[in-house]
Order: sequence, then structure tokens, then C-alpha cells
Amino acid sequence: MSSTFDQVATIIAETCDIPRDTITPESHAIDDLGIDSLDFLDIAFAIDKAFGIKLPLEKWTQEVNDGKATTEQYFVLKNLSARIDELVAAKGAGA
Amino acid sequence: MQLEYFQLIDRILDLNIDEKTIQVEAQVPQHNTIFEGHFPGYPIMPGVLLIESMAQTSGWLLLALMKFERMPFLAAVKEAKMRGFVSPGELLTINANVLHEGSGYAMTEAKVSVGGKLKCNATITFSHIPFPNPDLRRHMDAMAKRVGFPQQAIAHD
Repeated sequence: MSSTFDQVATIIAETCDIPRDTITPESHAIDDLGIDSLDFLDIAFAIDKAFGIKLPLEKWTQEVNDGKATTEQYFVLKNLSARIDELVAAKGAGA
Repeated sequence: MQLEYFQLIDRILDLNIDEKTIQVEAQVPQHNTIFEGHFPGYPIMPGVLLIESMAQTSGWLLLALMKFERMPFLAAVKEAKMRGFVSPGELLTINANVLHEGSGYAMTEAKVSVGGKLKCNATITFSHIPFPNPDLRRHMDAMAKRVGFPQQAIAHD
């Protein structure tokens, strides 16, 4: 079974037509990969579907706008993958 | 259909909150200046307006699902296919269903038919935000009454 990062990287590669081998756990989706907010909706959609979760994009965006979080916390892919794992675990615990 | 005001939907025929589906109808006017240019001697409904009609139909559905607390805005259109011409005076039946409800965005699938014949379809993405001001909310409330939106689906302050 592939890791969460591998799945996310594959989704990003396929959704945004970015070469898979340029996507690393340290990549920042916005700053390094150049993914804009509209393209990220497609990625969020694919992640939501693949993992059966709902990425809290609004909450994250609000936290960044309010200075309570940095974009790195949510959009560096190793961190994004960790958030996804947390959401999947929370969903499993709540089931 | 009031093309001058970009109000393409005339009436909601069915709105199913549980199934997350909607069906509306829209009467294409027999005469409009749009048809004088699109095209001279061969008037047809512009494809972009058919897409807009699917977006507005989807918008009513999303407004219902969000209990009129948030306003959807068109963000992306995918796989839009114009499958047949729509002529002045034809009655459109437009169906939409929710494909996905995300955080701050939603995706729908929509299609336009005339007399049971599919004319176009698309997958549409919306971003949605809390109503930016009371004026827009009041306007949408008034619009909702005009198109026969089930009033019990509208949450009031």
C-alpha cells in the first residue's frame, strides 16, 4: 500500500500535470509547485474522494490569514500528508 | 428567461434536498438582440449561456443545501459539451446534482434538455462564501420567490 505522500504526489502530478519526480515531501504546493487556489480545489476534491475525508480548507485559510498558522504547516506536502493521516484517523475513531 | 438581467432560470420544478438534485425550466425567448448576432439568419442560443443556465441551476441547488447562509460563485467549468443547437422559443429543462461538497467549494453535474433530448452537459465547480452583504441576500430571497423556490428551504435570520 502506497504512503499518503505517494498518493498525494500522484494526485498532484495527474491533476496539475506536474512531473511526478519533481514532487517531494519537502515541496510546498504553492511556492514550489506553483499550484494556485483554483487548481488546489481539484486536488482537494481528489484527496477528499481518495481518503474519504473533507480537507478543512476554509479553516486552514482562515488560520493563515489570521496569522495563527503558516502556509508551510498545511501546504508542504509532508505536512499535508500528516494532516490527511490525522483526518483519516479522526474519521476512523468517530465511526 | 430575462437575458438582459442574466436571469436564466424561470421556475424550479423539483428540489430534492436528500438526493441533492434539482430540476428547473427556462424558456428561451423567441426574440432577443442576442439572436441578431448569434447568428444572422441562423439564430441559436450561445453555448456560454447554456453553461450559465447550468451554473444558475446548480447555484439554486447549492443555496438550498447551504440553507441560504452562503452564496456560491462559479469557479470552474469542466467537460462542457454542446451536443445540439438550442433555438429561440424552446423550453429548456435543466437538471443538476451534487458531485462533491468540499470545504468552501462544491462540484455539480448538470445537463440541459429540450423535449427530452440532451443538448449539453458539464461538470461545474463553485466556491462559496457567507453572503457578503444583506443586499445580496435580500435580492436572492426575492429571486427565490420569483422562481418558486420552496420557502421552507430558506433559513431566516
